[in-house]
Amino acid sequence: MSPRTKTASRAKGASVLEQRAAQPLATTNGAGARGDRIGVRKTYKLYIGGAFPRTESGRSYEILGAKGELLANACRGTRKDIREAVRAARKAQPGWAAKTAFNRSQILYRIAELMEGRRDQFIAEVMVSEGVGRARATRVVDAAVDRWVWYAGWADKYPQSVGTVNPVAGSYFNFSIPEPTGVVGVIAPEASSLLGLVSRLAPVIVSGNAAVVLASESRPLPAVTLTEVLATSDVPGGVVNLITGLRRELTAHLAGHMDVNALDAFGASAESAAALEEAAVENMKRFVRPPTGGLERYDWLSAAAQSPYLIGEYVEIKTVWHPIGA
Amino acid sequence: MTLTKKPETRPAPNSWGLSAGDSPWEYAPAPEATDHIRIEPEYGLFIGNQSVRSKPRKTFTVINPATEEPLARVAHASKADVNRAVAAAHEAHRSSWSKLPGRERAKYLYRIARIMQERSREFAVVESMNSGKPIKESRDVDVPLAAAHFFYYAGWADKLEYAFPNRDPRSLGVAAQVIPWNFPLLMLAWKIAPALAAGNTVVLKPASTTPLTAYLFADVVRQADLPPGVVNIITGPGEIGMELVTHPDVSKVAFTGSTAVGKMIARRLAGSGKKVTLELGGKAANIVFDDAPLDQAIEGIVNGIYFNQGEVCCAGSRLFVQESVYEPLIDKLKARLGTLRVGDPLDKNTDVGAINSAGQLAKVQELVDSGIAEGAEIFQPDCELPTRGFFFRPTLFTGVSQSHRIAQEEIFGPVLSVLTFRTPDEAIEKANNTPYGLSAGVWTEKGSRIFKMVNAMRAGVVWANTFNRFDPTSPFGGYKESGYGREGGIHGLGAYLDLSGNGSNGR
Repeated sequence: MSPRTKTASRAKGASVLEQRAAQPLATTNGAGARGDRIGVRKTYKLYIGGAFPRTESGRSYEILGAKGELLANACRGTRKDIREAVRAARKAQPGWAAKTAFNRSQILYRIAELMEGRRDQFIAEVMVSEGVGRARATRVVDAAVDRWVWYAGWADKYPQSVGTVNPVAGSYFNFSIPEPTGVVGVIAPEASSLLGLVSRLAPVIVSGNAAVVLASESRPLPAVTLTEVLATSDVPGGVVNLITGLRRELTAHLAGHMDVNALDAFGASAESAAALEEAAVENMKRFVRPPTGGLERYDWLSAAAQSPYLIGEYVEIKTVWHPIGA
Repeated sequence: MTLTKKPETRPAPNSWGLSAGDSPWEYAPAPEATDHIRIEPEYGLFIGNQSVRSKPRKTFTVINPATEEPLARVAHASKADVNRAVAAAHEAHRSSWSKLPGRERAKYLYRIARIMQERSREFAVVESMNSGKPIKESRDVDVPLAAAHFFYYAGWADKLEYAFPNRDPRSLGVAAQVIPWNFPLLMLAWKIAPALAAGNTVVLKPASTTPLTAYLFADVVRQADLPPGVVNIITGPGEIGMELVTHPDVSKVAFTGSTAVGKMIARRLAGSGKKVTLELGGKAANIVFDDAPLDQAIEGIVNGIYFNQGEVCCAGSRLFVQESVYEPLIDKLKARLGTLRVGDPLDKNTDVGAINSAGQLAKVQELVDSGIAEGAEIFQPDCELPTRGFFFRPTLFTGVSQSHRIAQEEIFGPVLSVLTFRTPDEAIEKANNTPYGLSAGVWTEKGSRIFKMVNAMRAGVVWANTFNRFDPTSPFGGYKESGYGREGGIHGLGAYLDLSGNGSNGR
């Protein structure tokens, strides 16, 4: 069964809470029980400030695989979890931005290295989450790893493509440089649980922003596993924070949070985008809209899904003047 | 160190020989001639290269804020007029402007720049009469910069693929542009020049108090033989601006004005898919370290807050002085304020002209009253003000704390709030403690400190050892609640192009 038909079979706007497991709980950490050994399951938790807390609500919701089987209970994150995540992001952001571009480049490359090491786990999770075959899942995971490598290379190059020296008509040295916007909220795409998330997250953090990510509501497991990679990749705690839960309970709070500087709503549903954009106005967040052609048809493997101009959506241009004189 | 209380007003030290009362030199009146200026009794809307009456016919009076005398009556656009103007722009984009090769668009823009240069004095005088700004500013800053903007963006019109390689840059369509009254012609140029260079057509709404140089610009458009409908200008109150920016056939919105109105516009446009740039309010920190060249800093402070009567979104309205130089700096600053010549905007010696409107004057007065009420100490030079017109003395507040309204709200008038700091980190903390982030200033002789401060300021423009400099090649725009997008330079060009061909999907 393809992920599309699975998603479509749910009533529009229906929550994953309304699903009920067709099969007993299974682990995604491999095949589960082998012979007489009982498998050790993983608890999927939030990722805030470099730690893996459970949601403060103490609540969870069931995550089903594409075939309707129960995969895990994920944290049903809350507004308060978002606040904690924003606080952690705000605290971590200046230090991350202050690292040299070379250093950030190496850290993003390190993420790719560690993802590569967990390649089989990611493939298995994408297969069960998205309901795709091994070949497709392999392409998707490989592309996600390669995407980190690609953005790693931009860390110390994009400022040279978007910065300028401005030949003003006067005796002044004048230049414009990009700086990270600050704390960026990311609404991860619902369907593309891993590649979609990596494609949106990498251009946000490469320049020195910190991110608060709302994972795919129905397919959050690969995202949680990604945070385990981030935690061991020298990405400072708080630079990426990930909340799982129900979008209808979370997106508006992220969009309206007064200490978030930008919102990537590329992964939000088209129906919710206008309300999110309006909520983002309160503190003049930079806002990235969903794709005009619709997210359903968006090809995350296409060349356009990675672009240095995406980095540009989450930077500010600062112009500096100084007189030239003796 | 204690902050000594100073008397309310006091003369400059005699050694300066500069205070207004006992200045060793007097300035004879030096009025700019106005006999070559022709202001029509009535201006219609400029739609399709024609001056047309609003439907239904309705006008409002535009006055000279320095004399309160009427200058002209201008058309009060209706919703139907907005539709007409957008339709003209839409048709011009479809049938002529978007099909014109970039090199030909460029030549039209070069023509406009040249005609503005040829008619520069006319523009400067009308601008000063209508806005209240001193003639030396309109003559030496506003008008030359406006012409330079057209000249700069003219050169981009046929080079878009080189500006945005691999992005398939395309024009957006009709740009709706709403501009403020503080730099009427310059803001027009900032808006129209990049829009036309990128292949868009425009409908521009100047502020209702300052439409005259826009209508003078309409005459330049006619002289330059632009195809009808490429530039359209309509006048009316804010509601008409809102009709314009929300019009369904508008693809791009550019607004310069207050943060409150900018937010209203952004909310109305949420979900519309229109590309938006907003250049909004500011409350810039101007930070003076103890190793700064004080006399230069004084000039920079004065230029920062009293330039254009302080009616500047990027004005250096919060002065942060390192405590060890507080007293000498304040002494010099007060003395310098005594030498500012306040009065007739058309006098070539005038430094500070008229506030643009009675409403703005009342707003400035209200905030100044709040500063006094909240316990800050006011200083104003003892200068004479004209008996008519909207004038306000250059004002300085000491003993200001971060929580005072005059330290937090944009005053948009010649009012400076002085605060102090001890360490660079304290200066950074205080300077960034505002929802705004348009500009900042730093004064120090130490190079490494300049760059530390430059990096730390959450502001789109940082002037180091200078202030309030502008250039067409230099991107301008804010962080945080000062808006988004940049104007000027290659960054300002991108704001008028559809660059969605490769990845980017922001506003």
